[in-house]
Amino acid sequence: MKIDNLIVSFIGLGLVVFIHWFFFGKKEKVTQMGDKIEIKVSGGYNPSVIKIKKGQTTTLSLIRTDENTCLEEFVLWDFKIKKYLPLNQKVDIQITPDKKGEFVFSCGMNMFHGKVIVV
Amino acid sequence: MWDEHVPRKGDSGLMENKITQKRSFPIVGMHCASCAKLIERSISKVPGVVACSVNYASESASVEVGNNVDDKALVNAVESAGYKAIISDNKNNEKSQEELKEEEKKKEFKNLKLKVIVSAVLSTIVFVGSFPEWFGIMMETWMLMLLSIPVQFWAGREFYLATWSGLRNRAASMDTLIAIGTSAAFGYSVLSIFGIFKGMYFDTAAVIITLILLGRLLEAKAKSHTSDAIKKLLGLQAKTAKVLRNGQEIDVPIDEVVEGDLIRVRPGEKVPVDGTITEGQSSIDESMVTGESIPVDKTVGANVIGSTINETGSFVYKATKVGSETMLARIVEMVKEAQSSRAPIQRMADAVSSYFVPIVLMVAIATFVVWFNFGFPLLAFVNLVAVLIIACPCAMGLATPTAIMVGTGRGAEKGILIKDAASLETLHKITTIIFDKTGTLTQGKPIVTDISNSKILPIVGSLEQGSEHSLGGAIMDYIKERNIAVSKVTNFKALIGKGVEGTINKNNYFFGKVDDKSEEMTHHLNDVRKLESEGKTVMVLLNGKRMLGYIAVADTLKEGVRDVIQNLKDKKITPWMVTGDNERTAKAIATLAGIDNVMSDVLPEEKATKVNEFKNVAFVGDGINDAPALASANVGIAMGTGTDVAMESAGVTLLNKDFRSILTSINLSKVTMRVIKQNLFWAFGYNVILIPAAAFGLLNPMLASFAMAASSISVVLNSLRLKKIKI
Repeated sequence: MKIDNLIVSFIGLGLVVFIHWFFFGKKEKVTQMGDKIEIKVSGGYNPSVIKIKKGQTTTLSLIRTDENTCLEEFVLWDFKIKKYLPLNQKVDIQITPDKKGEFVFSCGMNMFHGKVIVV
Repeated sequence: MWDEHVPRKGDSGLMENKITQKRSFPIVGMHCASCAKLIERSISKVPGVVACSVNYASESASVEVGNNVDDKALVNAVESAGYKAIISDNKNNEKSQEELKEEEKKKEFKNLKLKVIVSAVLSTIVFVGSFPEWFGIMMETWMLMLLSIPVQFWAGREFYLATWSGLRNRAASMDTLIAIGTSAAFGYSVLSIFGIFKGMYFDTAAVIITLILLGRLLEAKAKSHTSDAIKKLLGLQAKTAKVLRNGQEIDVPIDEVVEGDLIRVRPGEKVPVDGTITEGQSSIDESMVTGESIPVDKTVGANVIGSTINETGSFVYKATKVGSETMLARIVEMVKEAQSSRAPIQRMADAVSSYFVPIVLMVAIATFVVWFNFGFPLLAFVNLVAVLIIACPCAMGLATPTAIMVGTGRGAEKGILIKDAASLETLHKITTIIFDKTGTLTQGKPIVTDISNSKILPIVGSLEQGSEHSLGGAIMDYIKERNIAVSKVTNFKALIGKGVEGTINKNNYFFGKVDDKSEEMTHHLNDVRKLESEGKTVMVLLNGKRMLGYIAVADTLKEGVRDVIQNLKDKKITPWMVTGDNERTAKAIATLAGIDNVMSDVLPEEKATKVNEFKNVAFVGDGINDAPALASANVGIAMGTGTDVAMESAGVTLLNKDFRSILTSINLSKVTMRVIKQNLFWAFGYNVILIPAAAFGLLNPMLASFAMAASSISVVLNSLRLKKIKI
């Protein structure tokens, strides 16, 4: 094996490990919800993991500042919520979960994710 | 958004006895904290504003204002400072959201179209210039670069933006793949100009971007049609109502109609909101809401539905439900909810799509390393780009939701309301269907079915004219329809549970059920027994001991029941009937309907338990007492407009009251699921086959971009097919 092959293999392996760490090694920061929480929609959801008590009514206030049209729709399937998020405009969504569990929310094409943890 | 409070006495001399409101609204366009101050100052100058604070971080303003300050003044104040306030009043929130979306979509579409046209022209030139051996046109490499720059960085800007914002959150989307793929091709070519590498790929980068943008353009166009059903439903609403106030007829915008308003509707006009007729009569075309094509005759006391069309007569009615309470508003809400719900089949695609993009990135790197090590550095690079471009997570994401949207919309058009995607999915898997008897299989109202001879009718009519029993009512309807004259009865007496007796022209008569038949009705006995075995109630007319004749009354089957049952059997779905009636009556109706399995003498509260004994079961019912059974079944189908409770607990509501719609909804479920499966198969198969193909060097990156654009469009178009498919 020539030296350049070795270098390419090494860099390749390094990149694979890096990608794995970068996308899958991300630590979830759980945000406890009060009556209202603002979620910034820009290249994903921030905060993306939110905790809420069963039976508690909470307002998710979404504001999309990202021009990327992939994020224009917000879907929380298990609550039958699908909302269009106009650019730079707040959209309030009220939820009152009646069962415990983890409920994933995502963009319309299911590329960006977050979740609601009901305890 | 509105927070009302009364300031305490002494808060401020000026504000005493005045009510103020707190309002908060988003502001667009701030770049720094000093913008916030600027806006604050501007708002504070508006007369009536008590306090104001603008938050740069949350990009919103919170203002305390007197009741007389209107939104416009606030909007203007913000605008005069050079920013934009977004205030929407709650009442029209939903509508303006729809309109806003439409507006933004239009703008976006126009923008996209321009990008596609410009980059198509530039890419074509670059492409032609890149292959002098084919086209005979020689172009300088720096010229190719110059032409590619606008395509890469202006038309392709959105890919970079999306990638950047995604990476900040450690997330990746298909934009990431496209941005990396085309940047690699572009960057490589630039370095080639300086002699660092060999080979030019400006054409590849430009063509990929053009094709993907073209794909998005077509997809956006197709996707806008998936929500046609909702748009159509919203478009049905009347804009104004002719309300009678103080004896005057005035045109009032639909939003301002309140409960209790008296509204006049003339021929050809739309009924504005739901209500009850108080004056006049007409026939009304309700097809837009119920799917039932024959106009319905309505008179005083009848309920009318908003958005239906008044055909012939003119009438006045009292509004009972307005705004979001109307039937149409509720239908729209339900369809929207169903379109936002997740079909269980989607879960797999969901799971895959969250790992998809990072894995594709790894595969692309592996492809490069392997090809490079085998001694093909140039191919290593081309194939890396092909892998990045061919991967299409979009088609997987679109496969199920687009089909559900079109499918539920199609249902709504036919008067079949589907509550959620799960019901639509489950419906085609049922193996047993249980029908409630009364009101579902039958009309729920007894009618006269057999008469021994019509001579007895005047006497029966005279006796029954005072009757309040439902069977008596059925007989009176029959007699009135035939304009048979009735006489005066003396000594009238109602024998509860048995019948009636009285004297007409000095003759004593009895009309009703007779338990001991041996004596009085020997010569009609066979007829009576036969009718009773058919589940009918037979009443006889006696003059003393002599029997003059009989009338049989029964609840009859709805139209089309037999065909539907046979059809279900052909589909290998076993029909059952459940009823509180005794076995004999139940069996009789079941036989007429063609149902072989009967559960009789079932108390209403036991229905749900019975339903639970089955697997893959649908329950069809209508009343409130059916709600538990509707909810226990895998799919509950509520017949008719029914009750709100029934609609809430049922997965499917047949607004058109047509029994045949049961088959239509099962078919709809079948075709929708078929489309979803085709979509998923195509989306998965496409990635499973083409990603390895690209990795093995069998795909040109330009072809890859074409295939990738085609995959999303084909999925959306396949879903749109549901609009036309026969169900």
